[in-house]
Amino acid sequence: MVGERKFDFADACIYLIMFFTIVVTLYPVIYILSNSVSDMTAVMRNKVVLFPIGFDLSAYKNVLSNKFIWTGYRNSTFLLFVGTFINVIMTICAAFPLSRTHFHFRKFFMIMIIFTMFFSGGMIPTFVIVDMLRLTDTIWSMVIPTAVSAINVIIMKSFFESIPASLEEAMKIDGGTDFTVLFKLILPLSKPVLAVISLYYGVAHWNGFTSALIYIRTRSLFPLQVILREMLLQNKLQEMITVDAAAADALGATRSIQYATIIVSIIPMLIIYPFLQKYFVKGVMIGAVKG
Amino acid sequence: MMETATEKKKTFGQKVYENRYLLIIFLPVLIYYLIFAYGPMLGLVTAFQNYSPFLGITGSKWVGFKNFTTFFNSEFAFRVVRNTLSINALQLIFGFPAPIIFAVLLNEIKFSKIKGFIQTVSYLPNFISLVVVVGIMQDLLAVDYGIVNRIILAFGGEQIRFMNEGTWFQPLFTISGIWQYAGWNAIIFIAAIAGIDQELYESASLDGASRFQKAMKITIPCISDTIIILLILQIGRMMSLGFEKVILMYNTSTYEYADVISSYVYRIGMVNGNYSLGAAVGLFNSVFNCVLLVAANSMAKKFSGKGLF
Repeated sequence: MVGERKFDFADACIYLIMFFTIVVTLYPVIYILSNSVSDMTAVMRNKVVLFPIGFDLSAYKNVLSNKFIWTGYRNSTFLLFVGTFINVIMTICAAFPLSRTHFHFRKFFMIMIIFTMFFSGGMIPTFVIVDMLRLTDTIWSMVIPTAVSAINVIIMKSFFESIPASLEEAMKIDGGTDFTVLFKLILPLSKPVLAVISLYYGVAHWNGFTSALIYIRTRSLFPLQVILREMLLQNKLQEMITVDAAAADALGATRSIQYATIIVSIIPMLIIYPFLQKYFVKGVMIGAVKG
Repeated sequence: MMETATEKKKTFGQKVYENRYLLIIFLPVLIYYLIFAYGPMLGLVTAFQNYSPFLGITGSKWVGFKNFTTFFNSEFAFRVVRNTLSINALQLIFGFPAPIIFAVLLNEIKFSKIKGFIQTVSYLPNFISLVVVVGIMQDLLAVDYGIVNRIILAFGGEQIRFMNEGTWFQPLFTISGIWQYAGWNAIIFIAAIAGIDQELYESASLDGASRFQKAMKITIPCISDTIIILLILQIGRMMSLGFEKVILMYNTSTYEYADVISSYVYRIGMVNGNYSLGAAVGLFNSVFNCVLLVAANSMAKKFSGKGLF
């Protein structure tokens, strides 16, 4: 196919559009990165457009000496590991029984779960319930109320269903129970879907701030994203950091620190992203089977 | 036949016993759904009360439809419904086709390495948090130091106060959404295109079809099922437009064009503490959403013979 056709005008247009797309996608990130490591005076004078000018990591020093960045990181890391772990366990507990054809209550429970995708009680009644359970303003309010996501249950269930039933039957004949089937057969064969689902939940925990916004009042419990919101969008930066008195201009320093804050928050994602990318795509494919 | 006959005769107790292990596994999920999904639905009764957290649901006063009439008689009702619908309309018109166009164009690139690189880059913004996306947007569009306004100045234009100009809110909301999600949302279309029988293209080439014709007459029709399903899903989600990005982006000077139903519920219920009014508006939102989804589904069935349910 490649050799058959010559590079024509249409190709030129397509490549141009794609080049433009790449530039538009990457430029904001590069711009922020370059600014964050540049000399603060250069940032203040708007000199940094593409590549860094000078080299100054004092903005990072400032960010990393901020106590709230660290509590935010700590809380987000907790949610990332503990929250995702609970999510995955719960999703398995939902998907496994629902994928078994001999489960008599399968249809009823499936409808019970799917109905919640169409109709929900909404934010306020959910808050009232969480508050009644005395979960508000605890770290668990960011874990338990969002313990299962219906769409992820459907993705995992359709993967489990794709495992041949004959394997299960053989196990049952040898006296295996549903537990044996789950632990000895289904889970060992389901590593790809477990990876995908963990990643989905993990990203949601790392980037999420909705639950924190609704349920959390104490600043030391705020996850990273809420701290970021205060620093980047609510102009609370000045009260949260100690701007170096020697810095020529408070606004310039503030901006440098904001750029550094952005980079500090997305760096874990940028580092692991290239390695995980193929799993994300796989997940979309598994999910697409069922729609 | 024998199997199904005995199956029917099983009592509830027998079924439970037979599925005891599966039921034990499912139990935590059942409890979760009863408390956190169905509990709030019962909690919707607060929409018909003058709910106070101190009095609880049983102690609070019943007020009938008062909260609903309060909402519909306020100036906010029209504004938040209009904004919710117009933001969604913009997303349908511009946001929805973007990943399809991207996927079709990407399919035209024959060098797999370049293709892979473009795809990898295009997913990236999907994994950046909304807070950071809005933070970056605010910086790039800032007055005086923002790069966009500096370009406008360089060309002799006048600076635009993007984030404080109400009329800019919805376009910016849509554009940043395309920036963040178009690449990711294209995955499903790229996969659908990859599944098209290559012979179709070859025979079209023999008939002298141009590349544009092939894209319009083969690629698009072949992925139309996927397009329709995703379109229904998108329409069904219209009213559930999240409040997250709105409350990150808006400020008092853009409320007029920015406030949507969910951000209004958040402000009334969580910030101002009027639980009952918030619950009432939320209930209206959920019902409207359900109706939209069912309507979208039956439309899809009528026009293409395919629906979700």
